[in-house]
Amino acid sequence: MRIANLTHGALFMLGAYLGVSILKLMPNLWVAALLGGLAVAAFGGLLERFILRKLAGNILGQVLVTLGFAYIIADLCLVVWGGDPIPIPTPEFLQQPLRVAGFAFPAYRVAVVVLSVLVGMALHLLMERTRLGAMIRAGVDDMQMARAVGIPVSKLFTLVFCLGAGLAGAGGVIGGPIMSAYPGLDADMLPLALIVVILGGVGSLAGAFAGSFITGFVYTFGVALFPQLAYVILFLPMIFVIAFRPRGLFGKFAA
Amino acid sequence: MQGVDALYGDSHVLHGISFEVGAGRVLALLGRNGAGKTTCMSAIIGFLPPRKGAIRLFGEPIAGLAPERIARKGVGFVPQGRRIFPTLTVRENLRVSERRSASSVWNLARVFELFPQLEERAEQVAGSLSGGEQQMLAIARALMGNPRVLLMDEPSEGLAPLIVAEVGRTIARLKDEGQSILLVEQNVRLALELADEVVILNTGRVAFTGSAGEARGNEALITQHLGVF
Ligand SMILES: Nc1ncnc2c1ncn2[C@@H]1O[C@H](COP(=O)(O)OP(=O)(O)OP(=O)(O)O)[C@@H](O)[C@H]1O
Ligand SMILES: [Mg+2]
Repeated sequence: MRIANLTHGALFMLGAYLGVSILKLMPNLWVAALLGGLAVAAFGGLLERFILRKLAGNILGQVLVTLGFAYIIADLCLVVWGGDPIPIPTPEFLQQPLRVAGFAFPAYRVAVVVLSVLVGMALHLLMERTRLGAMIRAGVDDMQMARAVGIPVSKLFTLVFCLGAGLAGAGGVIGGPIMSAYPGLDADMLPLALIVVILGGVGSLAGAFAGSFITGFVYTFGVALFPQLAYVILFLPMIFVIAFRPRGLFGKFAA
Repeated sequence: MQGVDALYGDSHVLHGISFEVGAGRVLALLGRNGAGKTTCMSAIIGFLPPRKGAIRLFGEPIAGLAPERIARKGVGFVPQGRRIFPTLTVRENLRVSERRSASSVWNLARVFELFPQLEERAEQVAGSLSGGEQQMLAIARALMGNPRVLLMDEPSEGLAPLIVAEVGRTIARLKDEGQSILLVEQNVRLALELADEVVILNTGRVAFTGSAGEARGNEALITQHLGVF
């Protein structure tokens, strides 16, 4: 808990590639996203239990290990799935654009936005409205005391790590029809994820929501209007936030 | 506990500590600042597993288990400094600590009956409570686990006299209901009123073990080991 997990981009890519293979066996994107997510969650659980946990308290060590694993995962993907981009087909019923008031929207992207809002709300309810969520927050507040009232904090934190990894993996499958699976997908995604978290604030779902909206709009308009400067424009809001509000927009801790 | 040694790194803090809390009794563990009272608590709840010696809960060895296992076996802990979960609401603080068993007596309704103020503030985040209310919450939280023995580390520390009296009445009531309690206190007068037995620690060693009546009658002992009465 409370570590910067730099494998997130690689887990996203691993999810996308697993999606490619699962889709060959059963051609349903949502099933593939579910199974891919579960597989990546299991992988994340092993990583946390057997490696990160051994480095408890050594934050720098943990971050470096996640970075190392990001490279290992990326190379394994290259070995297994090769170097050519592999497209993931859009589900048929979402291939026609959605027409609203004379504008055409790509239906699949709209579906992804709706789905991510739903996932965000589900996470919010899980964390804020359930006993399990309260136990996780108790563990973040005071880990030792949480254990002393009988909360199995270490198991819960593994669960949270699995959940995060699983969502990254499922996200990779669902992002497939938009981005496809290719070597370097990990390195393209990780900065976006980090910018979202730094903008929005560590440990805040509302922050992640706001951060992803800002990042999405800035990046999209940046690419369209100033294609040479897209990356610069992407990092600008983050630099401002770090300079004037180091905790991020909604964050509880300094990033 | 029996012959317990405990160390922080190389610094040897507890030397062969032995004492026993009888079922349904209150044992007061007294001593000056730094005598090792909190360290005894840490050894029992599993924060600082003892290097030597045995700790048993109704005969079952618990030394070396993880704190969550020890808590689940029936050790309730009210820590020094209260340590409520500040970002959780009062209700959440209680719910995350709830543990029912066949013989459980405590639940949300009964805890709110014991501390009506907590019910009024149930939806407030615990960090916004006053010191006295936080202490009530820390006690209530421990009770929600339906402990077989309750460890209380300086529950009167830093509280106004009126609130101290209320904490005292609460402990007396728990004792009447048959709760076994290990009570650490700097407030010697309060502790001697409530306790059946007394253990006095001096720099990590047991300096006195006896009944509360004996301790009350022995002023020399109290001045020697505890300073002002
Ligand atoms: N985390 C720690 N690391 C090293 N030494 C410690 C630690 N905690 C306490 N000590 C030392 O252990 C000894 C016993 O401390 P302990 O906290 O058990 O005392 P106490 O009787 O609870 O005192 P108080 O009445 O002030 O709460 C002290 O000398 C203290 O300095
Ligand atoms: Mg103490």
